[in-house]
Amino acid sequence: MFNPDMIRLLAQGIWETLYMTIVSSLLSYVLGLPLGILLIVTDKNGIHPMGFLNRLLGFVVNFVRSVPFLILLIAVIPFTRFLVGTSVGSTATIVPLVLASAPFVARMVESSLKEVDHGVVEAAQSMGAGVWQVVTKVLLPEAKPSLILNAAIATTTILGYSAMSGFVGGGGLGTISINYGFYRYQSDVMLVTVLLLVVIVQVFQEIGFRIATKGDKRSR
Amino acid sequence: MSEIIQIRNLKKTFASDKSTVIALDGVDLSIEEGEIFGIIGLSGAGKSTLVRCMNYLEKPTSGSVIFDGQDLGSMNEKELRKARRSISMIFQGFHLLMQRNALQNVCFPLEIAGVPKKEAQRKAKEMLELVGIADKAQAYPAQLSGGQKQRVAIARALATDPKVLLCDEATSALDPTTTQSILSLLQQINQKLGVTIVVITHEMGVIEAICRRVAILDHSRVAECGRVEEIFVNPRSDIAKQLIYPHGKKEPVFQKGECIRIVFDGSSSFEPVVSNMVLACGTAVNILFADTKNIDGKAYGQMLLQLPEDEMAKRKIYTYLSGQNLHFKEECANV
Ligand SMILES: Nc1ncnc2c1ncn2[C@@H]1O[C@H](COP(=O)(O)OP(=O)(O)OP(=O)(O)O)[C@@H](O)[C@H]1O
Ligand SMILES: [Mg+2]
Repeated sequence: MFNPDMIRLLAQGIWETLYMTIVSSLLSYVLGLPLGILLIVTDKNGIHPMGFLNRLLGFVVNFVRSVPFLILLIAVIPFTRFLVGTSVGSTATIVPLVLASAPFVARMVESSLKEVDHGVVEAAQSMGAGVWQVVTKVLLPEAKPSLILNAAIATTTILGYSAMSGFVGGGGLGTISINYGFYRYQSDVMLVTVLLLVVIVQVFQEIGFRIATKGDKRSR
Repeated sequence: MSEIIQIRNLKKTFASDKSTVIALDGVDLSIEEGEIFGIIGLSGAGKSTLVRCMNYLEKPTSGSVIFDGQDLGSMNEKELRKARRSISMIFQGFHLLMQRNALQNVCFPLEIAGVPKKEAQRKAKEMLELVGIADKAQAYPAQLSGGQKQRVAIARALATDPKVLLCDEATSALDPTTTQSILSLLQQINQKLGVTIVVITHEMGVIEAICRRVAILDHSRVAECGRVEEIFVNPRSDIAKQLIYPHGKKEPVFQKGECIRIVFDGSSSFEPVVSNMVLACGTAVNILFADTKNIDGKAYGQMLLQLPEDEMAKRKIYTYLSGQNLHFKEECANV
């Protein structure tokens, strides 16, 4: 199976998978990070309680998260076409990936920020810190190790989703493994793509873990 | 002396779906500029709530807090945040930023106040020096002991040159020796910088060690308030007695014989009165009850002595005590 064509195909698959995963993860954080911050700040025990907004955001997040990814993938095809001009290929897959992951990322961010000791927040408030200062100078920096660790988990989850999108022509290693392994019974190709996915997940997870522990001043 | 904090008829209730808790029920207090003021009470008495109302971290349900002549309740958010820089706070749990080293922690309130970085660092170093841990400037909280963490917290609280330092159980997580060192640091800061200090505690020892005046909080109200030594000598409320005699120590009921009660009200220095007297008079006495404390080198409290039967010896003792400028009175022995 390891003829030059196949190797080229696999290299292309790796590249597409990385491209989808990384771009989708970044965009998920562009949406999910502010959303997570809003969720924690507007909580009834938060630093700026806003009950209605909090419940509304919470509902939307839960709603999107409860839709199975494959269904979301198909349901947003018109929207994807509108944004990207096509509904197949790796760039098109980024749209449903981001839509599905942003709420998940928001919950991850929320739980990381929740770990910050409320006393520290209160100390900052007793020094006259406003909401913005508490978020940027206390919550985010104090939660940094946990945020990074969760980012690694989010990225690997997005990678998993991207492989799933192979079913509908999403591109990347997922599509290769479906096309060759599932439709053409070339189980060796399928095995190789799965192994490649495993390696990529391990690498992402390890990088996240290293950065998180290295930057954490609580240990040592 | 002028008053830096005045609290008038302060009430605070916490309402939840099921019940309401009255945490403060009409508290009046005034704290004078430059003093060390203690607030003591049992768990749940409302101490933390009271101290959190003093900088409006907790908004009172009614009543007012006047800080330096201004009603905190009439301020908007922005004015309040500014006022809070003059009312610093330290906590039982230190509440340092774990991802910042000691120096960066002390810089934190200055950053919030918009002080330029260079200036902030200079001030922070000066503060760390003041609290005696300049050598730990680069250490992270996880690498510091409890006492050192509290010192960083004190340095951080003083960085913005506050007028008042609120200490909520600041020594409750520390061992007795460290507690003593932190208390003397607070005392030193009070004298050196003239910062008014409000000390919240449930330990009488803390009050005794550094406070000039004390308010005893009980069931959401002030049970008693006054000079520390006066309350020690003559506690009027039940809660004050309970706090001063923590193990339910009660004055014993005597059998027979003649007794005298010596009252130490701070006018004599703390010295071994009884043993001196025994040496001078050459007679033995029986100490039936004693509760004396050494506050600032002065003796406070009282002592109950059973005198010998012998009239001569008795007279000697009276003469001796009169010469010592001590208050004493004869007590009839209760049966
Ligand atoms: N946020 C809150 N919500 C509801 N009840 C509260 C809240 N904060 C305090 N209370 C209640 O108010 C009362 C006084 O609490 P407070 O923390 O002021 O007591 P304390 O004297 O500081 O006690 P401790 O010595 O245990 O710290 C308690 O009954 C407590 O349960
Ligand atoms: Mg308390």
